[in-house]
Order: sequence, then structure tokens, then C-alpha cells
Amino acid sequence: MSYSTQTQAQTEAGEDAGKEFLAFTLGREEYGIDILRVQEIRGYEPVTRIANAPDFIKGVVNLRGIIVPVVDMRIKLNLGSPTYDQFTVVIILSIAGRVVGMVVDSVSDVTTLSPDQVKPAPEMGTTIDSDYLIGLGTLNERMLILVDIDKLMSSPEMGLIEKIAA
Amino acid sequence: MTIDMSQFYQVFFDEADELLAEMEKLLLALDVSAPDSEDLNAIFRAAHSIKGGAATFAFNDITEVTHMLESLLDRIRKGEMALTPEHVEAFLVSKDVLTMQMDGHHHGSSVDQDAVASVCLRLKALSQGIAEVPAAVASPAPAVAPEPASADAAPVADADGNCSFRIELPEVPQRDVDALAAELGLLGTISQETLADKRVVFTLTTPESQDSIVAICSFVLDPDDLKITHGGAEGALQSGVTNADLPLAAQAGAAEAKPAVEEPGYGIFEPEKTDAVSPPAAAAPAAEARNPGRRATDKEGAGQESSSIRVGIEKVDQLINLVGELVITQAMIEQRIGVLDPIQYERLLNSVGQLTRNTRDLQEAVMSIRMMPMDYVFSRFPRMVRDLAGKLGKKVDFVTRGAATELDKGLIERIVDPLTHLVRNSVDHGIEMPEKRRAAGKNEAGKLTLSAAHQGGNIVIEVSDDGGGLSRDRILDKAKQQGLPVSDTMPDADVWQLIFAPGFSTAEVVTDVSGRGVGMDVVKRNITAMGGTVDIRSVPGAGTTIAISLPLTLAILDGMSVRVGEEVYILPLGYVIESLQPVAADVKDIAGQGQVVKIREEYLPLIPLYQIFAIEPNFTDPAQGIVVILEADGKKAALLVDALVGQQQVVVKNLESNFRKVAGISGATILGDGGVSLILDVSALLRSSRQLNADPVFF
Repeated sequence: MSYSTQTQAQTEAGEDAGKEFLAFTLGREEYGIDILRVQEIRGYEPVTRIANAPDFIKGVVNLRGIIVPVVDMRIKLNLGSPTYDQFTVVIILSIAGRVVGMVVDSVSDVTTLSPDQVKPAPEMGTTIDSDYLIGLGTLNERMLILVDIDKLMSSPEMGLIEKIAA
Repeated sequence: MTIDMSQFYQVFFDEADELLAEMEKLLLALDVSAPDSEDLNAIFRAAHSIKGGAATFAFNDITEVTHMLESLLDRIRKGEMALTPEHVEAFLVSKDVLTMQMDGHHHGSSVDQDAVASVCLRLKALSQGIAEVPAAVASPAPAVAPEPASADAAPVADADGNCSFRIELPEVPQRDVDALAAELGLLGTISQETLADKRVVFTLTTPESQDSIVAICSFVLDPDDLKITHGGAEGALQSGVTNADLPLAAQAGAAEAKPAVEEPGYGIFEPEKTDAVSPPAAAAPAAEARNPGRRATDKEGAGQESSSIRVGIEKVDQLINLVGELVITQAMIEQRIGVLDPIQYERLLNSVGQLTRNTRDLQEAVMSIRMMPMDYVFSRFPRMVRDLAGKLGKKVDFVTRGAATELDKGLIERIVDPLTHLVRNSVDHGIEMPEKRRAAGKNEAGKLTLSAAHQGGNIVIEVSDDGGGLSRDRILDKAKQQGLPVSDTMPDADVWQLIFAPGFSTAEVVTDVSGRGVGMDVVKRNITAMGGTVDIRSVPGAGTTIAISLPLTLAILDGMSVRVGEEVYILPLGYVIESLQPVAADVKDIAGQGQVVKIREEYLPLIPLYQIFAIEPNFTDPAQGIVVILEADGKKAALLVDALVGQQQVVVKNLESNFRKVAGISGATILGDGGVSLILDVSALLRSSRQLNADPVFF
């Protein structure tokens, strides 16, 4: 009994203090995703192309024996130029028991945002459907676009996960 | 506190499956005229263990059947009853019923209650029919001397396999008596009476053992205060035991005899039947004499338990994956040190050489975990062949060889159905009727051999009979009727392969067993799906051999790597027939349907891999690239690639675990350099090509 009360208290305290987000850049925009979904960050390695897959699915790589698909968010969101050099970063995400790699321009830092720092995303035409946004995080002069990465990666438009009906 | 028993169900089912298989094997090996007492004991033990397990998990229907089986077996092994072929037959049938019931509990499949009832009747009839023999010896005793002493008799099961127990309670509150009566009532029929000293006596007729009764009673009272005696036959019960207090000596005797009575006649050593009529005082030494016998049996049983552990298959697969990674990493290291100066780095190179050997040994050892002996499959055939031969009126000697040959568990489970079909076919079509065999100067009993052996990286399983062989003319006639492309000059091997065509059966009579024309194509398809091949050798009048060649494991695949543009793909070698560079004249355009390649008088549809996968190729002209001739599901096609890279064993990885299914790709693998290469789904490629070209073109 006492144990569960304690964990609850901790969770509440954690929520009060805000959540931690990994900040990365795509082109000139700065994005943030829930740090708990991030498994690791790696450099970009040559991928094996998958035939007839959409452009933004670069292919698959070998991650210590697991075959992992890699998506390039710059192509998906039409931001920046998809160049691949020694600074290109792949964020390995673990979502719903699946492992997915995501190519971004660079990773900056991990920031903690309290709930009052997160503002609702404005309703406007963006490349990301506002359904996939948590909101906009403000941190001094910076503004992070907070993405609900679970929703985005499992969305049908990413085509990473087979539709259950199909 | 209640324990969730369901978590132990799997263990019980696994064990029971093993025991049933063991039982069947022993039954079939049993020589009816002179049964080996060791074997009978082993069969009895198997039935007993299943009963015990079933009772623990309250699978009462299984308990019921096993109980009858057990009591019948018990008499046979004690020599009270002679073993007859009817018995063996009945035991085999009850084994099937048990398997069915087990499946019912396990997978929720339907249970044929009629079959259960009929086997119960059969067992009952058998035990009654011979029950007269011991009755003739033992029954005069209770009749002449209807004394309480008869309570010491080994419990005689009545027609329902029930035993009567007289349960004498110590003085307990009425509330407890009522509770006990209700509980015991669940086991069978119960009646209750009160003795002069206000103690209560239950008379219980139940198929359960005394243990269950003691177990129930011990919730309420100390089992030591309990006096349980066997009522024997119901008649004896009425006549003597119930109506008066037992003499003290008899009670003491009964109590002492308890350990022996607990599990009636469990021992190998069984005292003379005269026990039943001996005075109570003699019962005690007799009981003692029984005990050592029983202990000996227990010890023996323990010694026969296999020293194995059950581990979840996913744990093993994980281990195999990890070792696979290790092997790849190892290969990478080897590649890197290849450029080093062998003199300067001698010690490093030596160490790496040792690492290579260790890694290989480790991989072999880990792979062997998934391996199971073919006996697992073979053991079910003697029974099937026996039944089939009986049904068809044929005589068949069934021989298995190489049952210890090991094969991947995943494959073993999938080989059962195709093999069953082939064995059925051999018995039905292959082996002739005894008269015909005699006329041909052969032994009346046909010989059916099932063998397994390793050949390189493959296992070869052969179903071989010494029957009439395949009829070349009949197959060719039938093929012509079906409009298959055949010629009279085809080589034998090609003619035999025709029987794998869908809907092909040359059987003159469609029997219950086979000949419906479905099957051989399914056999072939299943085996191809496992990455294997089927070959037929047949000599008219001398027999047919069907050889199945399978890779040792599903996780590793023999692959041919091909290059298109910058990309390397793996083709499973089982589908590859040949590869060649066609001359330009052999490549023909077909309006609106792509191209065909003429190879040995046959026009095969050309599948340009670069088009299907939208790759920038080095060559688009088939005369410059290489075509690989593939065959799947009986259809051939030519796949155009830029170049062949090599042939290698690859570890198959699932693409769908992190991604979705990709058309034309069956999986992925990791190459020696750490890169990923995709494995082509040849069947799907060929299907897609057929959609382009409405029909395969034959010359």
C-alpha cells in the first residue's frame, strides 16, 4: 500500500516538474519528442533500400541483429535538404514494441518543460497534422514543436505498421 | 488461499502427451503371447501417472478413462488375466480417446462423447469378462466366511470401476459431519449411519482412490483418527462389514494395511491371492511385504525420467539470434585482420583463429538445442501403418531407420503431415495385396521403410516400399487426359514429378485412405515452403522411394546472392534451377505482355527485377545480364539480374517485426560486412509475373 502511494506521489511530482523532451532540428525548425521513447542516438549508416517504399522510408539497417526501418523526417516533413554526412543523426525510437530509426539534421539537448511552458498548437496548415502535435514548448528564446511521436509513427500515413484491417 | 492451477496445465499436457506416446510405443511392441512384465509395468505406470495428473487438475473425464485402463492393466500385469489381442486393441483405442480428451481440455477442440462412452464400455466389458477368473478364486472366501476380514481384500472395482469405502470417523461435531458428507458426496454415492458410540460411518462408492478421500477428510480432522476400509464388492459390504463394529484386531489390521491399500497392487511383487481370505493378523506382514516392492517401483520410475528441462522456445530463439550476431561480428573481425601483417601480428591472428573455432562450436551447440530426433515423427507411424494395413487387408512390415537423426523443431512439426500422406500412399497404392505379391514371387508381407539421414547441410527423409512401383504409362495417360504437356520420351524422373501436379491421382479406386487426387501437390508445396525438395525413384515391380531433402533448420537458408544495380538480393537456393546468359535471339517480345526467354524449347516469362523493384540497373538487355531460372509451385520463370555475386548460407531475419510486409520480399539477412540484404519471395515474384502474362507459355 505504502509503496503505491509513494510511486503515485513521485509521478505527480514528476508531472509538476514537467516532462523531459529530446530536442532536435529539422532544417531551421526545432522539434521535441518524449525522451522516454528514445532508445539511442546513432550516426547515419548506409541503409538497404526497400523497393517500392515511399521516399521518406530510406530503407532498413542492421541494429545489432535487429532489422530496423529508417525514415527521414526531413523528406517526410519537407524541411531542409536531405544530405547525409558524418553529422547526420539517427534517433532510434522504441514505439509500441517496435524499433524505428528517424533521420534528423541534429540533436541539441534534453530539456524539461513544465505543463505551463507547453502552449497549445495553433490551428493552421502545417505539414504535420495538428493531431500529431502535443503543443509548442517555450524555453527562453527557443520554441520547440512538440510531436506526439507515438501517434505519428503509428499513423497510417507513415505506413510503418501494417493496418490491422488489411 | 487458492492456487491458480491453470499455470501448471501446460506441464501436465506436455507430460501426458509424452506418456501417451510412450504407452502406444510399448503397446505396439508388446508380444501378446508372452508379454514382458517390465513393459506391462511401464504401460501401467504411464496410465497411472496420467490419471494422477488428471485428477489433480480435476479433468474428471480423463481420470475416468485412465482409471478403467489402469485397473484392467493392473490385473493383466499381476497375471490375473491373460493378455489378448483384444486387450491391446482396446488399449490403443483408449489411448486415442485420451488424446482426444486431452486436446479437448487443451485447445478446446470437440470431444466425441460417443467414442468416450464406447471405449469405457469396452474396457468395462473386458474387465468384467475376466473378472470371473479372480472371482472364482477369491469369492468363495467372503461367501463362506462373511467376516469383517474381507475388508482387507484388495478393493475390487465394480462394473463402473468404482470401489466402496467404509469411512469411520472419530467423534466430531455434527456440523463437520455434514460438511464432510457433502464434500465426499461429490466423489460418488455416499450413505451415512451412526454407530452405537455416536460415531458416524460413511459408506462411499467412488472411482476415486483412498488418497482423495483422506485428502478431503484431512481438512476437517486428523487423518490418523480416520479409519478407512475397503468395502470390497458391494455384496460383501452389505453382508458383513457395515452392520456391526469391526473387531479391534481387524481395525488395526486395516489401518496397518493402509499404505498398501492406498494404491491397490502398485507393486511389482504381489502377495498371493490368498491374502484376501487370510485372517486380519496376517494382513500386517503382508502389507509390509508389499511396501518394499512399491518403493522399488518408485525408484525405478525416477531413474527412467529423462534429465531434461523445459525452456520457452523464444528463449532458445533469442540465444540463436545472439549467437548468429556473434558469428557475423566474428566474420567482420576476421575480414579486418586479413590485411594485417601476419608476422608482426602473429599472436593476434592466432587468437582470432581460436575465436573462430570457438564461435563455430558455440553456434553448432546452440543450434542443436532446437534439434529434435526424428523419432518424434516416426513414432506415430507404426500405429498408423498397422491400422491402415488391417483396414486394407494387406500385410506390411514397417521399419524405421535413423530415428535418432535430428531436425529443427519447427521443421519437425511441419513435416508430419506430408510424411503421413506419403506413408498412407505407400501402404494404399504402393504395397500390393498379399495374393498379388505371392503371384509376383515376393514375400506376402510388404516392406515399408522410413529412414532419415544427414547429407551435408540437409536431412534426407525417405519413404520406401517394395511394392509395384509407379506405372509410367498410366501416369502419362492421365497427364495427357489432364492436358499436361508431356511426351512419350520424357525421362523417368520427369514423369514421376507429374504426380505432384494438382488434382493428379492414378488410383483406380478412390478409397477411404487415399486417391482423391488432392495431396501430392500439397505435399510438394509444403516441402517447398520449408525450403526442401522431393525426389522420386521408382522401379516397376520393385518399389518406389520418395526422398524428401530438407535444410536442417529454418533459421538458416542456402542462398544465392544476385546483384541489380547497387543492390544485392538473396534468392533461396531451393527455387533456383540454373542461371545463364541468354543469346539475344532467344529473347522475344510479346505484345503488351513483356518478354519471354526461350530455354530448352520452353518459353519462360522474363521477370526483370529492376522493373519490379524500380532499381537503376546496369543492364536492361537480358543478353547482357544474367537470367536465373526459378521454379515455384510448378511454374517456371526467368529472373533478370545484373550479376551473380555468390552462394552462401544466410541467417533469416523477420522484416515484419519492426516493419510491415513488403511485396516480393520474404525476409532479410545480415551480410558479413554488417549490411542488410533482402531475401526475395520467389513464389510471390512468380505469381506477379503470371498476372502480367495471363498464362505460362509452353512450346
